[in-house]
Amino acid sequence: MKLIKQPIPSVDGKGLMMGRPAYTDDLAEPNSLIVKVLRSPHPHAKIVHINTDKALSIPGVELVLTYKDFKRIPFTRAGQGYPEPSPHDKFVLDQYVRHVGDEVACVAAKTEALCDQALDVLEVEYDILQPVLDFEQAIDHDVVLHPEDEVHEMFPIGYEPKRNIAASYHMEVGDVEAELKKCDVVINETFYTQAQMHAMMEPHTVNARIDFQNRLVLYSATQTPFHVRRIISQTLEVPLSKIRVIKPRVGGGFGGKQSLHGEMLVSAVTLRTGKPAKMVYTRKEVFEASPTRHKMRIKMTLGADKDGTLRAIDCHVLSDTGAYGEHALTVFMVAGSKVLPLYNKVNSVRFYGDVVYTNHNAAGAFRGYGAIQGNFALESAIDILCEKLGIDPLEFRDNNMMKEGETSPIFAIMGEGTEGTAMTMDSCKLEYCLHRGREVSKWNEIYPYQQISPTKRRAIGMAIAMQGSGIPYIDMGSATIKLNDDGFFNLLIGATDIGQGSDTVLAQIAAEVLGCDMDHMIVYSSDSDLTPFDTGAYASSTTYVSGNAVYKAAMKMKQMMIEEAAKRLDADVDDVEFDGTMFIANTQSLTINELANRLYYNDDQRQLMATSSYVGHKSPPPFMTGYADITIDIETGEYDINNYTSIVDCGTPLNTMLARGQVEGGIVQGIGMASYEDVKYSKSGRLITNDFVSYLIPTRHEIKNLTTEFAESYEETGPFGAKSVGEIGIDTPPAAIANAIYNAVGVRITELPITPEKIRLAMLRKDEQ
Amino acid sequence: MKVTFILNHQEETWDVHPNDYLLDSLRTHHIVSVKRGCDTTSCGVCTVLLNGKAVPSCSILSASIDGKEVVTVEGIAKEAERLSEFMGHNGADQCGYCNPSLALSVHALQQENPHPSDADIRAFLVGNLCRCTGYHGQQEAILHYLEDDQ
Repeated sequence: MKLIKQPIPSVDGKGLMMGRPAYTDDLAEPNSLIVKVLRSPHPHAKIVHINTDKALSIPGVELVLTYKDFKRIPFTRAGQGYPEPSPHDKFVLDQYVRHVGDEVACVAAKTEALCDQALDVLEVEYDILQPVLDFEQAIDHDVVLHPEDEVHEMFPIGYEPKRNIAASYHMEVGDVEAELKKCDVVINETFYTQAQMHAMMEPHTVNARIDFQNRLVLYSATQTPFHVRRIISQTLEVPLSKIRVIKPRVGGGFGGKQSLHGEMLVSAVTLRTGKPAKMVYTRKEVFEASPTRHKMRIKMTLGADKDGTLRAIDCHVLSDTGAYGEHALTVFMVAGSKVLPLYNKVNSVRFYGDVVYTNHNAAGAFRGYGAIQGNFALESAIDILCEKLGIDPLEFRDNNMMKEGETSPIFAIMGEGTEGTAMTMDSCKLEYCLHRGREVSKWNEIYPYQQISPTKRRAIGMAIAMQGSGIPYIDMGSATIKLNDDGFFNLLIGATDIGQGSDTVLAQIAAEVLGCDMDHMIVYSSDSDLTPFDTGAYASSTTYVSGNAVYKAAMKMKQMMIEEAAKRLDADVDDVEFDGTMFIANTQSLTINELANRLYYNDDQRQLMATSSYVGHKSPPPFMTGYADITIDIETGEYDINNYTSIVDCGTPLNTMLARGQVEGGIVQGIGMASYEDVKYSKSGRLITNDFVSYLIPTRHEIKNLTTEFAESYEETGPFGAKSVGEIGIDTPPAAIANAIYNAVGVRITELPITPEKIRLAMLRKDEQ
Repeated sequence: MKVTFILNHQEETWDVHPNDYLLDSLRTHHIVSVKRGCDTTSCGVCTVLLNGKAVPSCSILSASIDGKEVVTVEGIAKEAERLSEFMGHNGADQCGYCNPSLALSVHALQQENPHPSDADIRAFLVGNLCRCTGYHGQQEAILHYLEDDQ
């Protein structure tokens, strides 16, 4: 292998660091109209009157749009396969606003200052409605968020809008209640996970123009350009053929750019004025009007025998989707489907609950997507159970967890929004990850804690995790490879690089198959006119799903070139050998540039292009173990993470450096969620944490050391043996840190984030008892 | 109002509004290497060097730069290109949105403290947020880059 499993620098790293124009706003038309949105100051209200006259009378203000300007077509902003498993419950602009920051009206003007002036003089009269702010009180509340007739589900998802239920689900293997009665030891605990913000550095950004063919062209910082095109077409009633969506470089996504944001309004402005227009969210808008992680309450009951055999898992989840049900059902289901199979020796397992509407900012997709919530509850509960059983938590996991060649009935039952797909774990090195992590993290030396001074303790805790690799039978990727004169290639892919490095990894796959250097594989990704279809960058799918498409296309291209070379060499196709630069047969040879130049200028003239598609037939999970080594001040409850050890089975890491970056980026986001990141609302429903001063994300000050290793693993169905690595990193920190805190000071924090205050209060309560 | 200043070693005279911030003026003049991230001087992606000091351009009034020197990443292209090689080989290449500002801050650090310790680097760059890399790869890249420069 020349390129696979190598630390290849990313294809765009140099240009991006040197500041070349690359991101959406860098590529906006310089004379674009600026589009800004008037946002609701109320969590729940009906707009009874809007006067736009004063705003429109300002010279330079070109357009003001309100709900009166749009046909009532409900849609979902979630970028998912069609028909979406999210309810169609959003209107471009609506007479009702359902959270602080919801869209009331939009203005388009020549400058930002003129937009601000126009927003200031828009007169809006609201009928203020009672909000639903406690997600545990949302079901059958007197106040209904979506009483309108138009909202609907696309297929059965348990949608009951009149009861404020956006989705609900129930599954059971065996009889959990009966099984629990038979268990020697039963524990049950309720966990709460908070809403979290993606906090990618590039705010949501979009610009639009009408091109010389009278088509709408959008540049959008999106993870799902093909879904954006489809949703705009359906909602604004523009034929799909009249829309082109281009995804430039994206400054981080993490799921936050898997939904539509300004796309509808900017498109509407350009379609109505014929002029280029752009919108860049302010950071306050990113916080108030783009999705958060779903807040959840998870009731976890585990039953085991005295000998340490886990026999039953019962999991009830309540999820807060906020004002709109984007990814409501799918995030909820992943909290079970990508968590519970970890312990596959149980006789019975149940997973059920509801996703409810509240007057909070809408929740949506976020790296880890349900799995991090479920993992915190399950992996905390496992440690609670181990303590009660008096069994070492590593030994317990080793005896009860998923092993290579095994399966879980949950895979067949639960997919993402629909039924799942049965599969066995053909590649699963979780055992290795567990044992190697014990060694690397120095578990035996530290566990449960070391007293390092009268007031400080060093402690360790851990968790195991699994994820998936794309959504089987739903998400597909495709790739086209074009041979150019002089023998270099273009790789055209619908797959969306959002900073994870997929352009590099996919080029590596193609270049490895074709035997060329990386600089002979020029990538173009995500232009809906020019690149083939791909469902987008989500569900840890790109390397596995789009990578398989690239692999197939490259194999096809290789075969096409060999066939052409055989003609020239007057040989049988089977006799031609190709090493990446030279075709050899019958003691004759032909270089790839000779072949290409001959094809395009001289003889046998013919353009070679190969296209392939791939849709997964399984979703092989990556696995990992995470070990949190912490130091805690027992007087204040403050703690530092000395080192976080990650041992990851992602199949073959195609690019060792980019894979490490993915794991470590996820770990740090997980540490943020575990430790302090928290979306907070005032009692009246106003978002308090709406900037980087009030919403804290980890800085390089807090991240001392990260140790990341990969298991030797090979997934037969993946390109060159790869599984996914995009999300798995984020899953373990909350439970590993909660377990470490317990091991240090004997208090169990069940509500994220785990702050020093919560630890100290729990310690005080424990002392009182 | 007119301001005359040195941008990346060349004199420029720009017409700016008294309320304009340097970030907006730079982007309006197509210096798009300077990014917008947060509007509250918290994230660091709009960093420029103003008379050699790393500052967030979203908090500097354009009117105040008259007679001063502004350097964006284009002004330290060679250093940025070299730093990018270290980033690429240390798993720190991700979305790249914060990278031009990071190059400028590393450059400013080098001017102030040519032999910084690991802790010095963390302290100096604490205002340069990154949500992709988890910092660890960046830190290794910066350490190797500075060592190589000596």
